[in-house]
Amino acid sequence: MALDALILSRIQFGFVIAFHILFPAFSIGLASFLAVLEGLWLATRRDVFKTLYLFWIKVFAIAFGMGVVSGVVLSYQLGTNWSEYSRLVSPAIGPLFGFEVMTAFFLEASFLGVMLFGWKKVGPGLHFVATVLVALGTLISAFWILSANSWMQFPTGFARAADGRFLATDYWALIFNPTFPTRFAHMVMGAYLTTALVVCAGSAFQLLKRGSGDFPAARTGLRMAVGMIAVSALVQIVVGDMSGRVMAKYQPSKLAAVEGFWDTRSEQAFHIVAWPDRKLQANRWEVSVPKAGSLLIAGKTSAVIPGLKAFARQDQPPALIVFWSFRAMVGMGVLMALLGFTGLELWRRKRLFDFKPYLMACVAMGPAGFITVVLGWITAEVGRQPWVVFGYLRTRDAVSPVSAGQVAFSLVAYMVVYAVIFGGGALYVLRLLARGADEAGAPPQGVASAPGSALGLGAQDANQEDEA
Amino acid sequence: MSLPLDLPTIWVGLLALSVGLYGVLDGFDLGIGILFPFARTPADRDTMMNAIAPVWDGNETWLVLGGGGLFAAFPLAYSILMPALYLPVLLMLLALVLRGVAFEFRFHGRKRGRRFWTVMFATGSTGAAFAQGLILGGFIQGVTVKADRFAGGPFDWLTPYTLLVACGLVVGYAMLGAGWLMVKTEHALHGDARRWGWITTAAVAVFLAAVSLATLFVHPEVARRWGVESGGVDWGQLLKLSPIPLLGAVGLAVIVWGLKRGSHRLPFAGGLLVFVSGYMGLAVGFTPFVVPYAVTYEQAASPSNALGLLLAGAAFALPLTLIYSAWVYWLFRGKVGEEGYHS
Repeated sequence: MALDALILSRIQFGFVIAFHILFPAFSIGLASFLAVLEGLWLATRRDVFKTLYLFWIKVFAIAFGMGVVSGVVLSYQLGTNWSEYSRLVSPAIGPLFGFEVMTAFFLEASFLGVMLFGWKKVGPGLHFVATVLVALGTLISAFWILSANSWMQFPTGFARAADGRFLATDYWALIFNPTFPTRFAHMVMGAYLTTALVVCAGSAFQLLKRGSGDFPAARTGLRMAVGMIAVSALVQIVVGDMSGRVMAKYQPSKLAAVEGFWDTRSEQAFHIVAWPDRKLQANRWEVSVPKAGSLLIAGKTSAVIPGLKAFARQDQPPALIVFWSFRAMVGMGVLMALLGFTGLELWRRKRLFDFKPYLMACVAMGPAGFITVVLGWITAEVGRQPWVVFGYLRTRDAVSPVSAGQVAFSLVAYMVVYAVIFGGGALYVLRLLARGADEAGAPPQGVASAPGSALGLGAQDANQEDEA
Repeated sequence: MSLPLDLPTIWVGLLALSVGLYGVLDGFDLGIGILFPFARTPADRDTMMNAIAPVWDGNETWLVLGGGGLFAAFPLAYSILMPALYLPVLLMLLALVLRGVAFEFRFHGRKRGRRFWTVMFATGSTGAAFAQGLILGGFIQGVTVKADRFAGGPFDWLTPYTLLVACGLVVGYAMLGAGWLMVKTEHALHGDARRWGWITTAAVAVFLAAVSLATLFVHPEVARRWGVESGGVDWGQLLKLSPIPLLGAVGLAVIVWGLKRGSHRLPFAGGLLVFVSGYMGLAVGFTPFVVPYAVTYEQAASPSNALGLLLAGAAFALPLTLIYSAWVYWLFRGKVGEEGYHS
């Protein structure tokens, strides 16, 4: 395939949005976690919650900052690279993006200042309100983005104008389109899992590094995370299954790609692994359970499930990618559930803090949530291809009238800059995690800075600064 | 239209408001980044950053509203302007990314990291300001439009005129930054800010005159609106609009007076007046076009059900946003380090 502006723009969009989603996925969960911690601290006045709060808010500040800056990029991508999409689709779904900016972004960005810098300025009660509003803001953000994206998966409540523009006829139907509720729930649970896995890994690392001893913040952090992982993994399996059924109903071509179905038939097999081949219009090889596909999807083996051949070849999504991204996602989900329930069992046997293999597994699973979120989005977005608005507007008809040279240049520029800031962000977050809540979360000694202040940390370090 | 509300007009007003707010709000915090290399000590740089740390991302959200609002309310303008200004928009975004993360990273970095992010903060701030100037200049000189789509080349935006506007915006932001520093700082840094205030104000006066004149030459339509045509000058027309440049001159005078008197607040206030005057001058040259002389805001507007829904959201969210933005500013009022986050 020639590297034209279309394919380069697709690579670029995939890159900048996959990069961006890492931070919201983390900060949606972390904001809620912080709200819970502060609430628990206000209710019980136990120091451990305050220590945890002061530690994780530092991590939050870094992740949130990266989410904000990579989000600003996205609000311009649609124009620079997908101007035809903007021109045609925005008359209908523009308000959804507008609301995301207005309600959520402002709420987050404004109260974030209070949350990070203002503990002593506003008093604990009002500070707690700011934390809760930031957490709420992240959820509202996700609400609108998922609504807009779900509309692109199965558009409802609209009509086409003579010039091809999409116009809303019923905003209620447009916003609450049929795939939205389950996909929103699926994303939020994914975000909670992502955060819980990071908290779990950070706490487990502290217990491994410091050996036995009294590290209340690491212990409490691990207990909260393990409980959260067990509960959310279970909920996520249910929600994910519901989301799959919705997909089967509204996006049969995506389902066929996800399951590697080519022929339309009853008694579809469930392919555990396979190698879907677009040229062959069949699976090159497969390991299958007979009849289980129809049973899993429709509840009975006699159900007829359409295969990819039911769709014109130019309307088929790339099955190989989504078949495997889906299986990798589900596999990761199963590992998470195992981690959660093993943790609960160890907790019951009072071995949670000293069973080293488990703590190591926790550390290893730290990045699992990020990987799984990206796998999920690959399944969702690649599975929607070749459409950008499913069934109505092809991705290739949505691209900007810009040259391949420009897009190649911008793609390389984004890769370089994102590599730099990702490197920086990862380094500083890992450094914080290595120090741990019991050390880095304690209120600063001797320096009269506001608790929770990222600048407080900076002010201490500034004394040793040696630049210029 | 039988609707009681003229939705496109309301929305063009709201967008103009947010772009204008963005210009002055992020203007002063970008300006502090532009002045970063001139600080004497690392401690001064810390203070400069602390002077904007609690408010910068609130300021920057106005840019997201500008982009998101243009996408939602005037998709046609958005879909023409963004591809036309592809590279300057890219430069602006990357620069904003680098300076944005520098706020956090600079405080986490050790020796080398801290130095690196110091440089990135200054470069990113300056680059973002410069890119915004290129975008502004490119917007003013106009883009090629055919059949509702951008139909020009990738470097149409690059002309001596846009470079002039870009340099002008950089010194303009630096002037606002110096003004904000005088409000927020004391002692030696305050003295430096005052010196920067003098230099940037002089430069702004020169650039303002140069850009104003150049705009008349670049765009005959703008010149006509100001009463300047090839044949001569329509003094009556020019007189009617003269309060706008006069406001700019008053702004400059306020700055100079404030600098002489040693006022902490007047130079910043004067800087705001200068920006307001420049912005009004732009509005006179381009109303009602959102893509100059090609597409009006009425033509570019989304259908009224979309604009109405958006307005319902904005009627709730924007006043709230303005109130708590003001509250955050009030909360962090006073000098940095005196009643700042360190006490």
